[in-house]
Amino acid sequence: MFSYIVRRIAVAIPTLLILVVISFILMFAAPGGPFTSERPLPPDLLANINAKYGLDKPYWYQIIHYIWNVVAHFDFGASFKYKDQTVADIIKQGFPVTLTYGFWSFVVAVLVGVSLGVVAAIRQNTWLDYLAVGISVGAQALPNFVLAPMLVLVFTLWLGWLPGGGWNGGQWPYLIMPVIALSTSYMASIARITRSSMLEVLNAGFIRTAKAKGLPMRRIIWRHAMKPTMLPVLSYLGPAFVGMITGSVVVDVYFSTGGIGLFFVNSAFNRDYSTMMGITILVGALTILFSLVVDVLYAWIDPKIRY
Amino acid sequence: MFIKPTMMASAAALLLALGPTFAVAESSHVAAGDVLAPADQQTFVSRELDEFPSIDPNLIQDVSGNDVARQLFEGLMNQDDKGNLVPGVATGFDVSADKMTYTFHLRDDAKWSDGSPVTAKDFVYSWQRAADPATASEYAWYMSLMGIANVDDVIDGKQPPSALAVAAPDDHTFVVTLSQPLPYFPQMVVNAVTFPVPQKAIEQYGADWTKPGNMISNGAYMLTERVPQEKLVMERNPNYWDNANTVINKVTYLIINDENQALTRYLAGELDKTEIPTGQYPRLKEEYPTQAQSFPLLCTYYYNFNLSDSGPEALKDVRVREALSLAVNRDVIVNNILQGGQKPAYTFTHWATAGFEAPDLPIMDMTQDERNAKAQELMKEAGYGTGGKPLSLEILYNTSDAHKALAVAIGQMWKQTLGIDTSLKNEEWKTFLDDRGKQNYEIARGGWCGDYNEPSTFLDLMTSTSGYNDAKYENPKVDALMKDARLADNPEADYTQVEQIIAQDVPVFPVYAYASVKMLNDKIHNWPVDNVQQNYYVKDIYKVQ
Repeated sequence: MFSYIVRRIAVAIPTLLILVVISFILMFAAPGGPFTSERPLPPDLLANINAKYGLDKPYWYQIIHYIWNVVAHFDFGASFKYKDQTVADIIKQGFPVTLTYGFWSFVVAVLVGVSLGVVAAIRQNTWLDYLAVGISVGAQALPNFVLAPMLVLVFTLWLGWLPGGGWNGGQWPYLIMPVIALSTSYMASIARITRSSMLEVLNAGFIRTAKAKGLPMRRIIWRHAMKPTMLPVLSYLGPAFVGMITGSVVVDVYFSTGGIGLFFVNSAFNRDYSTMMGITILVGALTILFSLVVDVLYAWIDPKIRY
Repeated sequence: MFIKPTMMASAAALLLALGPTFAVAESSHVAAGDVLAPADQQTFVSRELDEFPSIDPNLIQDVSGNDVARQLFEGLMNQDDKGNLVPGVATGFDVSADKMTYTFHLRDDAKWSDGSPVTAKDFVYSWQRAADPATASEYAWYMSLMGIANVDDVIDGKQPPSALAVAAPDDHTFVVTLSQPLPYFPQMVVNAVTFPVPQKAIEQYGADWTKPGNMISNGAYMLTERVPQEKLVMERNPNYWDNANTVINKVTYLIINDENQALTRYLAGELDKTEIPTGQYPRLKEEYPTQAQSFPLLCTYYYNFNLSDSGPEALKDVRVREALSLAVNRDVIVNNILQGGQKPAYTFTHWATAGFEAPDLPIMDMTQDERNAKAQELMKEAGYGTGGKPLSLEILYNTSDAHKALAVAIGQMWKQTLGIDTSLKNEEWKTFLDDRGKQNYEIARGGWCGDYNEPSTFLDLMTSTSGYNDAKYENPKVDALMKDARLADNPEADYTQVEQIIAQDVPVFPVYAYASVKMLNDKIHNWPVDNVQQNYYVKDIYKVQ
């Protein structure tokens, strides 16, 4: 197992390098640049600014220079667009925000999703099942860019219970609506996967044996059915977790949370090369890390899996 | 022109000594009969679309950055609620006989937020820093536009920043020498790039000097909190020279990307000011007549014709261009699509621009039916459209529902009146700018906002040397008139004539004159409704009960 983890990490480094190079190529291929504006800058001024940000160098040099700065000095450079901040400032400020609402969304999505799925499977074809499936289909059908403004309309404008946006260090009134908006569709998927997985498991031979032995249902579910049920759920949760903690542009746009999701999308529109690269590396590294974590968890859940 | 100080220094000192509570009640900005809201309610919360690219005055190039800088810093001159110049750090200025040297007289009670005095040296430092290639300010071109002697050599690195023709013969005198007379030069010193910056803090903290705790500023407010993409908060600067007359205690900018979301939060009472999304003004005006507002805003929406070699042959015929312009029913566009108090535009210069007299153009006096008839006639002569050669044109715009709605409507008008086909092409902002700037289009939308309140801010675009002349329009007469306007005592006649030439040549056609359409808390008084640049100073507004 240990050598497997080491091997995976060793593969991660060239993967990240390829990611950086491809991102750079795509970036250079996009028309316009960070200093293209409604009012084109005089050529001399533009040349001076390009020189300051190193954009006057050949592409290959810029890529190597960037990678060297990141590897040797852990320096992600200054943002081309938000000039009062470095890319490190932006990530330091935005990532904890995203991590917080992403983490709680994950917790809510898993708790509610798994519960709904299990209840629906155990009480298959009863009103409880229909209700659980109904909730999950409804949640899945409601995109978060529709849900988010609806939440604000109801809880802020009509009821006046919650602030309509902002973060304020992540106090809970500011956290509730972002978490609901982000977790809902994930919750729905988790519920559906759990339900079908649980149904399959409940029909398996070893559960029938357990029932025949006269074990109480509660014990059968928790001791015997839960672990195998979670296997397909887990393969969904890995990427879902990365998706949630690396930011949602919808949450950032509608709730002004200041997370990195919005910075990421804006950096592409602004051709803010340095910010775009910094967040790409962060998201890439997290994706690689959590796919490794999921693989290790697999082995723990299912003893048949060996690396 | 010399502006007399509006306030007696002794009165201000007395009010300051009495403490803030008395000062609020005595503020000279408050209209007679207005009862001020209690101090804890004297807050102003405004919505901003996106995180501020910078709040370093020398680097600011956008409207929202200017909005913040006007509260944190104070330049030589301010604007009043009508956009007229009033004293800022300078109490006034003198102009030399040759109109090339401006001498600003600085007040002696202006202070930085750390209590040190604001002197002419601070302005010298700031202006040199803005032009210095090491600062790499994208807005250095504005310093060049101001025509300060040697500025272009400094920007290009051919001379050191100290060569810039700005001087501080003593602490309270700031002298600027221009390379040629510029009648609107004083109007330009209300822009953030000309505000003083604190040399001490910049040298101590480098690029981090704009962070809360590091920033020293000389305006009515000081930066207290900044969370990127969330908010920016500022509070009263007790060292500001006119603090005694400032009423609002706390200013908050909330960054809300989605304008509908911002409107919901406004209606929930979280904001004092937000923009109204396109098309919603009539409904909101009916529901909230005292809060939904529309003021003229110094920007023009127009369409460019590509007149360069890469442009379509048909557009090289002025009759075609004129016909296309005539056939656009601007009343339908402003009344049925925009519905926000915008006005139809027939001149490139916004109608509300100071010192602009619109020429009496034939198109203005015609009914739309007459315009359509004339358009059909011109198109027939040119041999295109109904009964002539088929013509198909492509309209390029940057991705946005509002631009699309207009392009669809204009395409329809051309189809119905002239029998011309149009196709629409939308592009993401930077790609759009790239294509338009390289004349990689047939017809492209444009929007232009005045940098200062004077017609040349618009009409300079029509000169052949302008980098923003995306139509690639060239007319030596226009170039000569714009050059003459710089030196003339009364440039109005030149501007009127340029508009006449544009109306004949139709390199672009104006569609509408912008309006600033917003929801504004009706408890806020003294908002500068008549300032067409919507340059507001929070120190001048206040909340009533």
